[in-house]
Amino acid sequence: MTQGGFPATRPSVVRDLGSADPARRAAAHEALARSYWRPVYVYVRLRWRRSPEDAQDLTQEFFTRAFERDYLSRYDPGKARFRTFVRTCLDGFLANEDKAAGRLKRGGGLTIAGVDFARFDADLAAHARSDEPDPERWFYLEWVRGLFADAVDLLRARCDAEGHGPAFTLFVRYDVEEPVDGARPTYATLAQETGLRVTDVTNQLAWARRAFRDIVLTLLRDVCASDEEFRAEARDLLGVDAS
Amino acid sequence: MTFVSDAAIARLRGLEDHPDFAGTRYDVLDEIGRGGMGIVFRGRDRELGREVAIKVTAWSTAAEADRLRREARTLAALEHPGIVPVHDVGRLPDGRVFTVMMLVRGERLDVCAARLPLHDRLRLFDRICDAMSFAHARGVIHRDLKPANIMIGPFGQVLVLDWGLARPGSDPGAAHSGSDPDVVPGVAHPGSDPGLTPATIHGGTDGYMAPEQVRGTVDARSDVYALGAILDGLSGESASRLLRPLRSVVDRARRADPGARYQTVADLAADVRRFLDGAAVTAHKETVLERTRRVARTYRTPIALVLAYLAMRGLLLFWRP
Repeated sequence: MTQGGFPATRPSVVRDLGSADPARRAAAHEALARSYWRPVYVYVRLRWRRSPEDAQDLTQEFFTRAFERDYLSRYDPGKARFRTFVRTCLDGFLANEDKAAGRLKRGGGLTIAGVDFARFDADLAAHARSDEPDPERWFYLEWVRGLFADAVDLLRARCDAEGHGPAFTLFVRYDVEEPVDGARPTYATLAQETGLRVTDVTNQLAWARRAFRDIVLTLLRDVCASDEEFRAEARDLLGVDAS
Repeated sequence: MTFVSDAAIARLRGLEDHPDFAGTRYDVLDEIGRGGMGIVFRGRDRELGREVAIKVTAWSTAAEADRLRREARTLAALEHPGIVPVHDVGRLPDGRVFTVMMLVRGERLDVCAARLPLHDRLRLFDRICDAMSFAHARGVIHRDLKPANIMIGPFGQVLVLDWGLARPGSDPGAAHSGSDPDVVPGVAHPGSDPGLTPATIHGGTDGYMAPEQVRGTVDARSDVYALGAILDGLSGESASRLLRPLRSVVDRARRADPGARYQTVADLAADVRRFLDGAAVTAHKETVLERTRRVARTYRTPIALVLAYLAMRGLLLFWRP
């Protein structure tokens, strides 16, 4: 069900959330948790001002509760995008949790494997802004961050498997990493660093960017409920027509 | 587990938006439009010191990029006052293909047409047909004709643009050898194999896209269908009896069956010109009453003169000084 530790590509895990097949339903919830843990965690941490430990527990608990009570399968595509629905559910969950503080048994049930909350928290503090006043926008930015982070990890796995290591190195250097002195490296600098010709740098970067974009679109399709939503999200995210 | 910073998110989201034109003779000034096939920028050609439109197509493989460049060369060969000229084509460092075209200034057909009388709107339509007929004669089908892709310049020039979905024929040069300018050679000829158009790619815009295009096959008659939709918009909502022949022209151009449509753009244009000139259109079977009205309308000046003459003679007959 997984590829490189990430949700496998399927028409949409959202559609499987209400599946009659328990295994399929569980897999869909697990995949969704792995796609959404970052925005949920950051939202709990910063919007609801919870400590890292509390936010970690509440993030796990939210996905466990969603699985047990099946409330994500009640999504109606006619009313909002799926990510908006997730945030609304999260707000409801956190409001109820406030009222019943201490009553919940946290951290049981569905677990999000391979997630290092502490490291993510440190990275967030070092590299992310927190001045976005609109909670919907805030949630969206964290969702995008998660999607791109997963896509970068998947691209690394693909490059390792297919012998495109130099392309991945160039992509990370030019498009992902923060420039040390504030200025992005030129293609000529990258060519010097890697011992490649400038035209090779150009071609390798072109390949890596295309591959990255394809992976993002694949991941995106997985967490959209319909083709229409997928196209709208792709347009918003990358400015592309993904039809 | 990779962490993607806010700055990196902005860069990665903008991979499509900010093409790197370093190493070319062009500077990108600002974005002027975007669609399924790519983004169009207003740019500046430093060598010639003029503003241009630069279309950067969506991501493409090396094979697709080669095809796009071949198509750009075909379009560059379409030298016609009604077709936006292609100046240059190239490939960006990230692999995308860019096409440099004339920067068209003016307004969209539908915006301009809203303030024109029917006669002038149909004259504009005739000039659009002229440009399309020319393209078809050179084996190029537009595939996405709609008012948004037709600009009217400040001096009334008609310019058909956004040939991003266009498909060239196998040998554009061969088109010139035909004696009949309305015959679309190679892939674009009605009934022939569309060849270069992949069956799974239809492109186009709802409302203007022919039914067969939705199914993945196109030929020149698909453009005839789109022109019929444009003519429909230009004809207005009037239910006047006088416009029945024009309605019939629209209906024939928009038939679901390509075989039942006008077979060439020139045929369609000829019928529109007949309507403008007060002649009978081939798409409409007139009743005796309609014919009488049309003839009376068309020849109203000579008829009025004859009637005036007869009236005068009648008066002279009975006049006794």
